[in-house]
Amino acid sequence: MSQAATPMLKLTRKDFMSDQEVRWCPGCGDYAILAQMQKVLPELGIPRDQLVFVSGIGCASRFPYYMNTYGFHTIHGRAPAIATGLKISRPELHVWVVTGDGDGLSIGGNHLIHALRRNVDIKILLFNNRIYGLTKGQYSPTSELGKVTKSTPFGSLDYPINPIEIALGAEATFVARSVDVETKHLQETLRRAHEHKGSAFIEILQNCNVFNDGAWEPITDRATKGDHQLVLEQGKPLVFGKNREKGIRLGKDMNPEIVTLGEGVDTSQLLVHDETNPSMAYILSRLGPQFPTPIGVFRAVKRMTYDEGANAQIESAKKRLGPGDLEAILNRGDTWVVK
Amino acid sequence: MTTHTETPPRPQVPKRTEELDEVVIRFAGDSGDGMQLAGMQFTNETAVAGTDLATLPDFPAEIRAPAGTLFGVSGFQVNFSSHDIFTPGDNPDVLVMMNPAALKVNLRDLKPGGIIIADTAEFTENNLKKAGFATSPLEDGSLAKYQVFPVDITQMTLRAVEGLNLNTKVASRCKNFYALGLTSWLFTRPIDPTIRWIEGRFKKTPELVDANIRALKAGYHFGETAEMFAVQYEVKPARLVPGKYRNITGNSATALGFIAAAERAGLPLFLGSYPITPASDVLHEVASYKNFNVYTFQAEDEIAAVGAALGAAYGGAIGICTTSGPGMLLKQEMINLAVMVELPLIIADIQRAGPSTGMPTKTEQADLLMAIYGRASESPVVVLAPATPGECFFMAFEAVRLAAKYMVPVIYMSDGYLANGAEPWKIPKVSELPQIDVQFRTSPEGFQPYLRDPETLARAWVKPGTPGLEHRIGGLAKEDVTGHVSYDPINNEKMVRLRAEKVARVAMDIPRTDVRGDPSGKLLVIGWGSTYGALVEATERVRAQGKSVSHVHLRYLNPLPPDLKEIIRRFERVLVPELNTGQLLKIIRAEYLVDAKGMNKIQGYPFKVGELMQKIQELLEE
Repeated sequence: MSQAATPMLKLTRKDFMSDQEVRWCPGCGDYAILAQMQKVLPELGIPRDQLVFVSGIGCASRFPYYMNTYGFHTIHGRAPAIATGLKISRPELHVWVVTGDGDGLSIGGNHLIHALRRNVDIKILLFNNRIYGLTKGQYSPTSELGKVTKSTPFGSLDYPINPIEIALGAEATFVARSVDVETKHLQETLRRAHEHKGSAFIEILQNCNVFNDGAWEPITDRATKGDHQLVLEQGKPLVFGKNREKGIRLGKDMNPEIVTLGEGVDTSQLLVHDETNPSMAYILSRLGPQFPTPIGVFRAVKRMTYDEGANAQIESAKKRLGPGDLEAILNRGDTWVVK
Repeated sequence: MTTHTETPPRPQVPKRTEELDEVVIRFAGDSGDGMQLAGMQFTNETAVAGTDLATLPDFPAEIRAPAGTLFGVSGFQVNFSSHDIFTPGDNPDVLVMMNPAALKVNLRDLKPGGIIIADTAEFTENNLKKAGFATSPLEDGSLAKYQVFPVDITQMTLRAVEGLNLNTKVASRCKNFYALGLTSWLFTRPIDPTIRWIEGRFKKTPELVDANIRALKAGYHFGETAEMFAVQYEVKPARLVPGKYRNITGNSATALGFIAAAERAGLPLFLGSYPITPASDVLHEVASYKNFNVYTFQAEDEIAAVGAALGAAYGGAIGICTTSGPGMLLKQEMINLAVMVELPLIIADIQRAGPSTGMPTKTEQADLLMAIYGRASESPVVVLAPATPGECFFMAFEAVRLAAKYMVPVIYMSDGYLANGAEPWKIPKVSELPQIDVQFRTSPEGFQPYLRDPETLARAWVKPGTPGLEHRIGGLAKEDVTGHVSYDPINNEKMVRLRAEKVARVAMDIPRTDVRGDPSGKLLVIGWGSTYGALVEATERVRAQGKSVSHVHLRYLNPLPPDLKEIIRRFERVLVPELNTGQLLKIIRAEYLVDAKGMNKIQGYPFKVGELMQKIQELLEE
């Protein structure tokens, strides 16, 4: 070891696998997500001890137990709050939060939006399977209206929440969507999240084969996904379709519309994706049911991170006031001596 | 800032000076009249003059209640004396009253023969009506048994600031300083500490510096020159323990205690908080000390506040969270997790009167059982309570020390009375504060997350970022030593008992219990928290009558001091006075199988010495 000037960090996927047996149901989408994370991390050149996975409660939140890094399995919905305190006081660490649609959008909705608006430099992965799996199959905040589950035998009355819109509304600086089975796409999205400085939010469409099998079928099924996925690429026109024959442009009423390429329409008329344009992110987040589902990065912009700001304040206070002098503050104000 | 206390200018008209041993003054007016400020400044003046003192601020929860109303009255009581005192006093000797409503609310407490200074300008027909007076008490003879000094404070304040081009509204706001000046003269308190304070506070608006100082001096000189006042009163300095002193409130002492502990541990401090009365001032004060490696985080809610503090503790900082009862109960889930993952976490509950939103600005001690027991399943934590404003410093420090030593959450219980009350505080020397020795584990050799120190049973504190020690913790039941998720029944019971035993061993750190009075006898009074002053005074006075009563005041509520059992045995009877319906009482009865009696008050105010004495005497005579 000693002869190497800077030993290159050569880790493999195996190095990131903990000694714990993975206990998700066979066939669960979480396996694929775990595998992509363990494949991407060795490429990033970060020592294992610099990585912390913080999670809440739910199937997704068991994630840290399977990662051979530092990990903290916390309480329902609160992982972003705990990760925030950790990242502020330990800004050099790489902090990832793993949450689900129930954990992150129901009980923990408040913490999620505040972590995002503060732009704490943490990476939040929201596994969205549109169901409560760990409690055995009740509807979640992303379940479709009318969903029949154990707790809603006559159909749910809750209108579903759109995770991407929540993140955009919370002024997140990085907002993306990927899919459990799109391994390459997911790896690339995780890499982008890592490279982003600031809070990164990734909604990962994930299948629960026990309680909500086929939740994202048209998007994930090989036969149909071409027409149902809109892969976002920076600077590229919005093209989709099995044979990339369709595109999206802005209609006269300022609403997006689907057009078929070649029928007097070419790609120059299509919307061109721009991750820095808030209107673009908004349009994409609100595409109706007749549109394909965008996957990729909706928004990536730069803004000061909370942890940077908090640490800069301490440094500037030290410069302005000098390092803390305990004796001086104990003796502050009017004092007198009793003899 | 250094202290130089000038002697007040000598009166031109020689007046008689009468020496008093102890005086209780209550300032009261509308909640926008600046009575808290006048009271605090008077307190500072008398502190600098060397008397002992205790204060009781008493203000409504509304920021500016409608003027002249009874519910909008804000008061500040200060007791100062040439001997040791422990309470703000049961009944005032002097009322400084800025309007009829203030007089209406406070008159019933004034001692017979007491002094009333009243702003006559505010005794208008309309204001009298709002306060429920049919005629002006200043004129109808109803105050005959008191010494009344009617002074047109408003008008004289306006005259004092004439020529400064202030509009009437701004100008009349200086009248609290006029009242303060007059009161300062009457009790020969030095006004230069207040002048210095005004200069600092209004630095950016020189016209307000000028106006407030003019009003203050005008009030002072009015006392000197007006024939109305024939006597000036003096309270000589108290013979306190030698040393350097300052005046301090409980919240300020709490903030300093936390800062000092983090400094002595050599660790950054992370304070997560959500604004709540009466705890917010701790957040404010700590936030001003960023140069001490202090992070303050105003979270989105009470839960995130404690969550972030726990996250910071996990990262190796001193994680602290400040709150009051309604916030405390939201944090229990996170404290439950901290118990399970065995991380140090300090939660300061500055109790207030409840339940629910209750009376936010009033005091109470009714969160004790919530602190000790109010979590899911078996969830033992350490619970501490300071007894006086100055002691808040030492107990806040102690909370940090114990949390780090035993890797355990510590709940620190102050209350509204300690938080806002002030007393002279002998400033400790930094070198005399204990060092807090924190050893983070760095060696991977034989590491297991739940290996324990054989003496304290604490597991190792490992900072993420330490190579070779990567491990996972969490709320799921953990296998002893390895920390792997385990649903094994025997292991679960073992872990529950280990966590309990760890908290029980904190008893090794508890100093011997101090019994005030005889070590054995007829009656033992056991108290905790802010009732200390009243209990000391009440028991001392009854003892002075030759009766057998002793007093023990608990700073450690969980675990209890190991010698308490033996002390209780030496007394025939036990009385537990508390500002709740009998929470420590339940514990004492359950723990020691003693037929202890309670004395309970749930009115949002501290005990009065008189009512305690009466109860003690009753029990002694039974």
